[in-house]
Amino acid sequence: MPLRAKVASSVSRTAAALSRAAGRGDGSVIGGWIGLKIDPDLLAHLAAGRAIALISGTNGKTTTTRLAAAAVGVLGKVATNSFGANMPTGHTSALAKAGSTPYAVLEVDEHYLAQVLEATEPHVVALLNLSRDQLDRAKEVAMMAQLWRAALVRHQDVRVVANADDPMVVWAATPPPNHDHRINPPQVTWFSAGQRWHEDSWVCPECGSTIQRSGEQWWCTGCPLRRPDPQWTVEDDGVLDPTGAWHKVALQLPGKVNVGNAATALAVAAEFGVRPVDAVSRLSSVTSVAGRYAQVEKDGRLIRLLLAKNPASWLEAFDMADLAPTLLSINARDPDGLDTSWLFDVDFSPLRGRQVLITGDRAYDLAVRLDVNDVPFQHVRSFDEAIRAVPPGRLEVIANYTAFQDIRAELDRVN
Amino acid sequence: MSTESLRIVWVYPDLLSTYGDRGNALILARRARQRGLPVEVLEVRSDQRLPATADIYLVGGGEDGPQALGAQRLIADGSLHRAVAQGSVVFGVCAGYQLLGNSFFAKGTKCAGLELLDITSDRGETRAVGELAGDIDARLGLPPLSGFENHGGRTHLGPSVSPLARVTAGVGNDGASEGAWRGKLLGTYSHGPALARNPALADLLLRWATGMHQLPPVDDTWPDRLRSERRAAVAAARA
Ligand SMILES: [Zn+2]
Repeated sequence: MPLRAKVASSVSRTAAALSRAAGRGDGSVIGGWIGLKIDPDLLAHLAAGRAIALISGTNGKTTTTRLAAAAVGVLGKVATNSFGANMPTGHTSALAKAGSTPYAVLEVDEHYLAQVLEATEPHVVALLNLSRDQLDRAKEVAMMAQLWRAALVRHQDVRVVANADDPMVVWAATPPPNHDHRINPPQVTWFSAGQRWHEDSWVCPECGSTIQRSGEQWWCTGCPLRRPDPQWTVEDDGVLDPTGAWHKVALQLPGKVNVGNAATALAVAAEFGVRPVDAVSRLSSVTSVAGRYAQVEKDGRLIRLLLAKNPASWLEAFDMADLAPTLLSINARDPDGLDTSWLFDVDFSPLRGRQVLITGDRAYDLAVRLDVNDVPFQHVRSFDEAIRAVPPGRLEVIANYTAFQDIRAELDRVN
Repeated sequence: MSTESLRIVWVYPDLLSTYGDRGNALILARRARQRGLPVEVLEVRSDQRLPATADIYLVGGGEDGPQALGAQRLIADGSLHRAVAQGSVVFGVCAGYQLLGNSFFAKGTKCAGLELLDITSDRGETRAVGELAGDIDARLGLPPLSGFENHGGRTHLGPSVSPLARVTAGVGNDGASEGAWRGKLLGTYSHGPALARNPALADLLLRWATGMHQLPPVDDTWPDRLRSERRAAVAAARA
């Protein structure tokens, strides 16, 4: 590592430690930011010599990154950005903090995938899904897929692990049909993790025709784009690997979506030569992911926190939540996106028949939505009030990003 | 009403449904049912023929590509024009508002619109993102518009349409006026589920469609609270 990079790396670690000591979060962003100021190529220097996996997509990337890091851990020490700091500052900080490791598994914000591909020259990139998210500023889904595709065409040597169920991802991972034939198409391993959300892929990104669906299959009615046969699939509570062997997945994380994330993690680890049979038991060591799925007991209520930040992840959260009193909390601050329109893309009817409470900055937007959806609810002003409003026992909490952080902070204060 | 039930067509949900646009269909249907009106909501995808005899057509927001494609297919289909000629109600939101006009820009190209509203849209220097509020044309007899906008377009109104509202917060058409209406056609930049925050506007569309001069009141506790909370937020942002 060049001297400048060494200095930058050490300053970055110190700044992160200072930031943590001052109680300003985990320090991963500030540390990385300072390091990159001193050496703009710091991320590339820190990445050099490591075998790296990048994990990107709209949903599930934090959890999949944790599971993949656990799986790759079979081979040796793995650096990872486990607090969800998924932009280059976070990657820089995570690698600096980890010191020298043979492996790294990094969660990457979908907008930064091209940049981080360039800087880290990964061995493998996992593409999970693309769906609407933060409508007031995120790139449109089709544009995002185009950016991914352009980035991958520039990195033909990288291995790709991609979701066969998402037409946008399949298109992004497949080179343009008229592309230069001197270039080899990327090596893609397809997985199927099940996908509930289809509303962002009715129109073919290649030709604009309608995409048809039947069961798990989908195909474009105007061009050859269609669902590839996946090598990794979810079956019952386990994962089928490319050899046809089935591995039971016993996770501490709820929901079918996490079995899908486990399948992806095993597929990523396999690209490094990890056998699923060796990795699968390690997946159960993951209990909560940056506070998500964490269970906390307070006043006799067993509280479980689920993060849902866009329509696709709300559908998954309803699947994970037990039939128990459920608190929904919605904010629309900067990290959440300022627009609450997406509430109408979520069908809240699975919540009928249980006690529903709502809170958060934008509880009234949610109130109007639930009213139209014929879901009875009760509005509460605080998390404390919510706890008092439900009987002892399980309380499920589903919240979007800053609402989730608020509730975590409130729980930390009392526990 | 054309038949024994009120028929609402949600136009091309596969193309024009980026921002919770389903909400408008759900809200209209619910408010009609609350008044004892039987309702039928038809979701017509872009590979299907649009019926020409429905009472209300909802044209929602979408990304550039789907917007251009949606306009092409609607022009080729021709049913929406026939429906308008027969007095149907059309409610266009954001991209769906623009494509009702003479022309609009998508992906840097000028695209032909449906020419149902005398408006033309081009690109503004900046994207308009944030709260949108305005005083609605007094002839419509509605309380102020409350919404959220997210668009890069600027819209210029011809002589045969009236602005829906005078902007009090946000950008709308051009920073001064917002939306447009003529007869039973109405378009707005208040995007996505615009009717969630504007129940009186939903009722206007229902009155246009049914010919009823008055609708029995319904419980608007939550939309009213949402409206006042948003009004306070807009005022606080200005202070
Ligand atoms: Zn196609």
